[in-house]
Amino acid sequence: MSFLSLTNIKKSFGPVQVVHDFDMGIEKGEFVSFLGPSGCGKTTILRMIAGFETPSDGTITIDGKDQGSLKPNQRNIGMVFQAYALFPNMNVHDNVAFGLKVAGASRSEIDTRVKQMLGLIKLDHLADRFPYQMSGGQQQRVALARALAVKPQVLLLDEPLSALDAKIRVSLREEIRQIQQQLGITTVFVTHDQEEALSISDRIVVMNAGRADQIGTPFEIYNTPATRFVASFVGTLNIIEAKVTDPAAGTVMVGDQSVILAEPIANLKGGDTISLALRPEAGSIAESASGDTSLVGEVESTNFLGSVIRTRLRVGNDLISFDMFNNPGVVPPSYGESVKLRFAAKDLLVIRE
Amino acid sequence: MKKIWAWGALLFGILYFTLPLVGMTNFSLKMRRGEYSFEAYARVFGDPRFQETFTYSVTQALFTIVFGVLLVVPTAYWIRLKLPGLRPYVEFVTLLPLVIPAIVIVFGYIRLYNTSSWLPLTGSAFGTNILLMFGYATLALPYMYRAVDTGLRTIDVATLTEAAQSLGAGWTTILARIILPNVLVAVLSGAFLTFAIVIGEFTMAALLNRPAFGPYMQLLGANRAYEPAALAVIAFGITWGCLGLIQLVSRFQKSAPPKA
Amino acid sequence: MSTAHISARSPARRLPLHWLGILPFAAFVTLFLILPTMKIVVGAFQTPDGSFTLDNIRGLFTPSILAAYWISIKISVASALLGCLAGFAISAAVVFGGLPKGIRGPLLTFSGVASNFAGVPLAFAFLATLGPVGIVNVFLRSELGIDLRALGFNILSFWGLTITYLFFQIPLMILIITPALDGLKREWREAASILGATGFQYWRMVAFPILLPSILGTLALLFANAFGAVATAIALTGSSLSIVPILLFAQIRGDVLGNPHLGYALAFGMIVVTGVANAIYIWLRARSERWLK
Ligand SMILES: Nc1ncnc2c1ncn2[C@@H]1O[C@H](COP(=O)(O)OP(=O)(O)OP(=O)(O)O)[C@@H](O)[C@H]1O
Ligand SMILES: [Mg+2]
Repeated sequence: MSFLSLTNIKKSFGPVQVVHDFDMGIEKGEFVSFLGPSGCGKTTILRMIAGFETPSDGTITIDGKDQGSLKPNQRNIGMVFQAYALFPNMNVHDNVAFGLKVAGASRSEIDTRVKQMLGLIKLDHLADRFPYQMSGGQQQRVALARALAVKPQVLLLDEPLSALDAKIRVSLREEIRQIQQQLGITTVFVTHDQEEALSISDRIVVMNAGRADQIGTPFEIYNTPATRFVASFVGTLNIIEAKVTDPAAGTVMVGDQSVILAEPIANLKGGDTISLALRPEAGSIAESASGDTSLVGEVESTNFLGSVIRTRLRVGNDLISFDMFNNPGVVPPSYGESVKLRFAAKDLLVIRE
Repeated sequence: MKKIWAWGALLFGILYFTLPLVGMTNFSLKMRRGEYSFEAYARVFGDPRFQETFTYSVTQALFTIVFGVLLVVPTAYWIRLKLPGLRPYVEFVTLLPLVIPAIVIVFGYIRLYNTSSWLPLTGSAFGTNILLMFGYATLALPYMYRAVDTGLRTIDVATLTEAAQSLGAGWTTILARIILPNVLVAVLSGAFLTFAIVIGEFTMAALLNRPAFGPYMQLLGANRAYEPAALAVIAFGITWGCLGLIQLVSRFQKSAPPKA
Repeated sequence: MSTAHISARSPARRLPLHWLGILPFAAFVTLFLILPTMKIVVGAFQTPDGSFTLDNIRGLFTPSILAAYWISIKISVASALLGCLAGFAISAAVVFGGLPKGIRGPLLTFSGVASNFAGVPLAFAFLATLGPVGIVNVFLRSELGIDLRALGFNILSFWGLTITYLFFQIPLMILIITPALDGLKREWREAASILGATGFQYWRMVAFPILLPSILGTLALLFANAFGAVATAIALTGSSLSIVPILLFAQIRGDVLGNPHLGYALAFGMIVVTGVANAIYIWLRARSERWLK
């Protein structure tokens, strides 16, 4: 059994079911991100783990122990909130000490632990500051220290970075990941920012309307999205509509161009429509480019993004983006030009709806 | 468990607050033996002293409101615009009337503005009326100032002023045509509250010997049995009306955003 | 006074034209708030011919006047404390107690009305309720055979006045504390709870300290409110209960103390008492609010 396991969790608020049959096991020391659009139930699941909400059905166990009958203050969990939620009437030291204090730890114990925690987040020098005297990033680090001070079994973070500005967001997420690995603490991290999830997680749960659409490593989630939703939510995959011509041979029509897929198409017959996904970095228009498949399209736009140039091609009814590295010697295609995009047939993924 | 406690607190509140209201209403209807009637109200409304004092107090209230608005709106506006550093001090001063008892203030008036002083306001009925009006404006100052200042906070005073100035508007125009309409709801709230305070005020009017509604009620209370209860119901109705109007105008504001 | 020295010091630093804008306000406040108060303060230390004396202040220390102050302070403290307590309980019941949401609006509206329903009519309402022929007395006597007067309850007393004052004290507390309770973030409670705190620990260590400045401020305000209440007291008791505002009222009307300048001292004493109450408040607030500066 996994360290933290959620079995068959359902949750309804009144008549509305917001979490459907959620099943997942999280291993000790693992960093798992819940990724999904607003309102898909990420926070609700987190709050059920913390004990702020009671599942309508299903069980949650930590280290084999059923949490169902435990109140939040009887569970051994750390939580970091989106809006920091530091106690405004306490300075940094007292905030971090809070959990130890209510647990009845001795003064010296508290002081040692608080020092250790502040060292961990590199804010030793701010121990006497009050929350209003600190930046958002500093406050959130204190909130992290406060949550970790009581040595929780599981750490929950609910969009801890979304109130911060972009630069701090990146540096703090790396800091969080580093601290997590250092302490080896089992962590659940909620976000709606796919880049955040991809960059720091061991595994990602992509959630859609109260269900887990896919659970996998960042690599799996990005490269082989299981559903169309995952594909469109994670990364900037191109979704291409196609019509099956011969399922056994794996041929489809994209607009009026015929394409041969790497594998035969199962469970479909000629005339059915399917969705294909293509990563922007999988194709190229260079003459020398290799690839057993190609699509011809008209350039709609080119965007210079620094190290890469993103070009959008119109192919039939779809727009396909592809990236190429910036190379001062190569002139990017211009608007209206007709170009041939070459790619490997195996990069064209068939997507379940 | 928690709910029982909450309902208990609420129930206590309801009981404590409705009993006196029921008590006074009940009493006011019992002037005729053995039956409920509006006799007490008829007596009150028929009393020429009631009509006189009520009219007097309403007039005082209206003048106080006009004076208060003319005093507070430009001041609060000016401080937001030009002297923001002064705000805490002005705020402190406007709160003083909540701390210094009204009876002390009016005692000061009597000694400061008596017939032998440099400004013998109490020498004539007209002068005393003015003095009483100033006293009321002082009592209402905390409420009026806060209401207007809160109203000003929701609009961008500096930008509005610059825009108006760039169109050639003078200070009077800016205040009357730009600022006042934008804080109208706040001003009205302050005005209704002022009305509620002034209409039943007793201490100042009694000590300055003016024929106001408050002293009249007290006098009636000392000499009659049922009419005072009727007066209490009427006064409660007036207070309720004023506060209800405040709710009404603020709701109106919520549904119709202020024009910039 | 701090305001006076501020306005005396700063003008040099700014264009005088700016200051013209608040001239009317400054003049009004000086003439009808500051000067009258100063007049009382100065008068308390003057003989009728204008020379300095402490006799007026000394004159306050007679048993009857001290007793008047004492009962005034007792009533004010009791009604402020009870008002805070009851107001807090009702407000907390509505904000956290899981009562229907619809109660909140009417409660606040009613509080606005009741907090302004003071003075003479309030006294009438309570006479009609708790007075000798009031609805409660009549009901208890005729239905249950209980005679409140025989049990020692009299509306013209410490408790009578306190209960009456609560009618405006409780709503005032509700009006001030409800927004403060709303300001307690749900995350604070949850953060405390997930860190292992019980509900009581959360209230003791987080919520109460955060609310304390508001509570103290309200206490000071309620105290001053009750201490200066003249109309309710006079309409309720006539002059049978000797509390300071009634004594001062009678003194201003007819010099019942037989010494005009003793009136100044009496009024000065009132300023001192409310001033001290507010000084205590400001001091406590400064201590409890280090985290807000
Ligand atoms: N206490 C509640 N009562 C009723 N509905 C609720 C409650 N809490 C959440 N919901 C609903 O449950 C759904 C999931 O909410 P949840 O907060 O879990 O979403 P989320 O994925 O965290 O979204 P976000 O990214 O915006 O934080 C939403 O539709 C929300 O409106
Ligand atoms: Mg959420």
